[in-house]
Amino acid sequence: MHIRNVIKFRVLFLMMLPTLAIVIFNNYLPMFGVVLAFKNFTFSDGIWGSAWAGLNNFKYLFQTDIAWLATKNTISYNSIFIILNNVFAVGLAILLNEIRNGRLKSVFQSTILFPYFLSYVAVSYVLYAFLGESGFINMTVLKGLGIDAVSWYSAADKWHFILPLVNTWKNVGYFAVVYLAAIVSIDPEYYEAAVIDGASKWKQIMHITVPMMFPIIVIMTLLQVSRIFNADFGLFYQAPLNSGALQNATEVMDTFVYRNFLLNGDVGMSSAAGLYQAVVGFVLVLVANTVVRRINKENALF
Amino acid sequence: MTDLANQKINPVITKKKNNRLKGPQSLSPAAYYSLIIFLTLLSLACVVPLLLVIMTSLTDEASLTVYGYQFIPQKFSLYAYNYLLNDFDKIARGYGISIFVTIVGTVSSLLLTSLFAYPVSRSDFPYRNLFAFIVFFTMLFNGGLVPWYLIYVNAGLKDTIFALILPSLIIPFNLIIMRTFFANTIPPALVESAKIDGASEWRIYAQIIMPLSLPVLATVGLFQMLIYWNDWYTSLIFISSENLVNVQYLLYRVINNINYLTSGFANQQAIDGALKTLPAQTVRMAMAVVGIGPIIIVYPFISKYFVKGLTVGSVKG
Repeated sequence: MHIRNVIKFRVLFLMMLPTLAIVIFNNYLPMFGVVLAFKNFTFSDGIWGSAWAGLNNFKYLFQTDIAWLATKNTISYNSIFIILNNVFAVGLAILLNEIRNGRLKSVFQSTILFPYFLSYVAVSYVLYAFLGESGFINMTVLKGLGIDAVSWYSAADKWHFILPLVNTWKNVGYFAVVYLAAIVSIDPEYYEAAVIDGASKWKQIMHITVPMMFPIIVIMTLLQVSRIFNADFGLFYQAPLNSGALQNATEVMDTFVYRNFLLNGDVGMSSAAGLYQAVVGFVLVLVANTVVRRINKENALF
Repeated sequence: MTDLANQKINPVITKKKNNRLKGPQSLSPAAYYSLIIFLTLLSLACVVPLLLVIMTSLTDEASLTVYGYQFIPQKFSLYAYNYLLNDFDKIARGYGISIFVTIVGTVSSLLLTSLFAYPVSRSDFPYRNLFAFIVFFTMLFNGGLVPWYLIYVNAGLKDTIFALILPSLIIPFNLIIMRTFFANTIPPALVESAKIDGASEWRIYAQIIMPLSLPVLATVGLFQMLIYWNDWYTSLIFISSENLVNVQYLLYRVINNINYLTSGFANQQAIDGALKTLPAQTVRMAMAVVGIGPIIIVYPFISKYFVKGLTVGSVKG
């Protein structure tokens, strides 16, 4: 930093100052706070004053089965979500693009995007209306089929399917809208040329639409892969109503950290879990980005 | 005249540039109508579940116990909404908190984000990449919940309205969207000439950049409003005072009470005690309608802009 430049651009620095202060407080101080993972925290000594614990917190963390369960669940659910979201959204975008009536098209888009606007608290009410003891599924659907009622909030294995369903229902519209925008921006001349060559609709989709969408699909997927170790807290904690009986199916890193820290008060183990999550997440971003850079520099995030 | 001739000879050349393909390659009517039916069903699947919540809130409690939650009430009743009038103060306060946080949060967020995005979009500012990276890096690595929480508590933010506003003020992704917009749509020559005319940086920001950036401000503003309005997690972590419970957190507490009772953690005495004071099923659903209502009412009017905004955001910075 040249002092001359600092003086020359002092007003720009001044403009950035408040935001910078917030980012330092909200993001960078906690980053330094990860030293907690190596300490025996006591409230009286605070973050910086507590005694060092070496790697004890990590030893303790990786001895628990739940840490591994949370790791496995976080990565496998997120992998399923990435595949479902993108496959369905690309398909949906291609279908929406075939609608010739502009008004109808925007009505479909808006409606499919609607669940994205609901908080997970709202979603948990909707789910409860369907899955509760006297919910629609138990009292109407299953009864109509002559099947016994299921207590959904204690049947863990069912949630392996419910969670991906809820996630897709809530988020697919968002991705579909983004992908549709990519399709709309494809130059129509490609299609005109294909039509002259006698390409069928299917061939046009396979040889023009999908390849032209590829860069945006890669970027969107990369963004999701980079967050593969960050679970959506609302989906895993609130949608199943924080039911303890479902732990096997719903425990992910974020719920694990939350529960151990704010419900059990175990600062050492939960901060170790948080750091483990942050570091693995960081490595995953770098790896995903490097892979994309190797294939095609244009599509990389950075 | 020649145009007409051209059209006859070469329909492709004069064809209007649009993305809708007509002619032999478009879908057969049968396929087209099945596509419309399919998309209609899909759209219904996205909104109909909410109808179940609304209909249940209008059902008579006694008939609900017999028939369960249904799309068509066996017996219609407004009891639940009458009951909620007892909690009118709580609900009104919740709305007050939600609206206040949403407005103050969104406005501050737009101001702070644009004040940072403008300098880092200026091609003549030598440290633009360094500062952009400082914010961008927070997307890649974070300290996790524990230190973040303890730092907020140490700063005395626990149980204050600031704790609801501060965490979402700066969303790096929104900053990237804004920076891209400033860099791509505002001609540097414009800033240059304003400087030559002796305009200060503040003036350039306020009178040139901001008025030209209304589309991106609207987009980011919508995203921020949604974040603030739907936020219950921050309340869950920081809020314990009854005065600061917003709508979402109120909903959270109402539904999580029941779960506490049905998950088998509570002992029988607690259940008996709580059941006496616990609102009935229909009341809970009415509470949900009161909480989700504004989104349902506002959505048809703003969804258009949101769809546009997503397409702006999908352009890589």
